[in-house]
Amino acid sequence: MIEITDQPINRDKLIKATESAEAGALNVFIGTVRAKTSEKKVILLEYECYEPMAKSEIEKIIIQATTRWPVLKVAISHRIGILKIGEEAVVVAVSTPHRKESFEACQFIIDSLKQTVPIWKKEIFDGGEEWVSAHP
Amino acid sequence: MKLTVKTFGVARDVMGGKEVVIETYGNLVLDLRKELILKYPELEKLRSLFIAVNQSYSEETTELKETDEIALIPPVSGG
Repeated sequence: MIEITDQPINRDKLIKATESAEAGALNVFIGTVRAKTSEKKVILLEYECYEPMAKSEIEKIIIQATTRWPVLKVAISHRIGILKIGEEAVVVAVSTPHRKESFEACQFIIDSLKQTVPIWKKEIFDGGEEWVSAHP
Repeated sequence: MKLTVKTFGVARDVMGGKEVVIETYGNLVLDLRKELILKYPELEKLRSLFIAVNQSYSEETTELKETDEIALIPPVSGG
């Protein structure tokens, strides 16, 4: 299950989608909005997405994970639009037969997502805003 | 040829539109990149700038057609 949504993420739905009788582990990563980056205090985050390509890039990551680990099911949801501090921006749920591979596959998926999936985050500060990582 | 380019994130701020039409004199991704940098020198200051063709990352030597869906992918920052 792959979802891009402008509504709060329903993490229970993602967990349900990854349940499996063959699973001995179900690993969930939740990325949340942090109040501070370096020195500046963040008020809001705004996420933008190139949705059809984001979905196909996420599919590629899932295929890669499935070739490296015995992944049973994966569910990924990424929120877009304006988010407040503490809200959930991304949830990754992975089920596997044993726990070690569930941690590894989950970490691989979120790390890859941050590198290749066309989603952009703008930090909105008191008196300014900035696209994250845009400039060296 | 005239290519319609979708923009996102910081690239949209630089170029000022959701879609921008760019006239190129070659048909490769690298020709489009050259035109983009000429017209919008600010793009060169980005950490990276990939060009997606039909919703996949392209190579510099990928050939372009006017009907392709082309998008500029500045440094991604999801998650």
